[in-house]
Amino acid sequence: MSEVQSSDSGSKKGGKPKAKKQSTHIDMTPMVDLAFLLLTFFMLATTFNKPAVMEVAMPDDTVDKKDQTELDDDDAFTVLLGENNKLLYYLGIGKNGNAPQLVSSDYSPKGLRQALITRLALRPKLMVLIKPSDKSSYKNLVDVFDEMNITKQKRFAMVAITPEEDKFLESK
Amino acid sequence: MPKIKLPRSSPRLDMTPMVDLAFLLVTFFMLTTQFRADEPVVVDMPSSQARMILSDSLSTKLILITLGQDGKVFFDLTDRNKRVELIKAINTDKKLSLTDQEIATFSNLSAIGVPFKNLKQYINLAPEQRKQVSVGIPTDSTNNELEAWVLYAKKISPYNIAVKGDRKAQFKTFKTIVKTLTGIHANRFSLITGLEAGEDNKK
Repeated sequence: MSEVQSSDSGSKKGGKPKAKKQSTHIDMTPMVDLAFLLLTFFMLATTFNKPAVMEVAMPDDTVDKKDQTELDDDDAFTVLLGENNKLLYYLGIGKNGNAPQLVSSDYSPKGLRQALITRLALRPKLMVLIKPSDKSSYKNLVDVFDEMNITKQKRFAMVAITPEEDKFLESK
Repeated sequence: MPKIKLPRSSPRLDMTPMVDLAFLLVTFFMLTTQFRADEPVVVDMPSSQARMILSDSLSTKLILITLGQDGKVFFDLTDRNKRVELIKAINTDKKLSLTDQEIATFSNLSAIGVPFKNLKQYINLAPEQRKQVSVGIPTDSTNNELEAWVLYAKKISPYNIAVKGDRKAQFKTFKTIVKTLTGIHANRFSLITGLEAGEDNKK
């Protein structure tokens, strides 16, 4: 009995009763677990990259044909978009009956972009007619719009493709 | 000879700085996070070098037309406060006989991809079932419900229109959307794209 007490009263020997010093260390592992769990969750759930917007203005259908100016054939640059990222372009509108000089190209900087820049240097009033076929993808269209943006080509329009042009895409 | 006992270091280390940092990051992410809305379709947007960023103030005041990979069309009015007004107008005109409860549920939904006649049933479905029944909004010339949605929303306020398309979506569907929009003289709209890195990175 006395021995059991001695462990308690032993420290009292000759001094003030000291409160037993508790360790200041607490086990933080669960807290850290929780903190990192939350951290991981928020990191994955957050959306950082804000999407960009591209403004598109379509022509008004109701404008009278008389008010529109005829496009000079030399100022036109027609881009045909086909299936599986196929891209053809030709100079002119292709109205004159003779078959246009089709050039096969692609979406790379050396493809359509280079052709546009070259043509734009010769013809500052260049008008680009974008004619996507039904089988082309939405991405193709956005890519071409983007090329207009990059080459700072202000005059361009999305035009319906003609059956002949559809055939060009099929055959090439 | 007795073995030399190496002084054992305590396996505990002071985690306080780590916890400080962890909580700092947690706080940061908690405050900056914006939860991705639960979209009925996963849309893989094409990237572009357009540098106009869709700001928060702009993105909450939009008529958002989503074009899925399979050509399904979805409509969303991102202005949450006005969705009740929108659905009430549609409810009366199209005789959907929605209850107040269903109207309240609708205002919390994300993009809608069902014809008007299925709207009541769609609202009452469980969230995970909603994705399955989303067949897209009809855009045929005879029954162009997308046009109706846009017109109803435009009546509330002259919202900007944005089209968010999947990169694999066929141009055909996009054409019908454009036709619908130009048909109601909404000639200006935006295409939502992802950000592209530098010019050189473009494939």
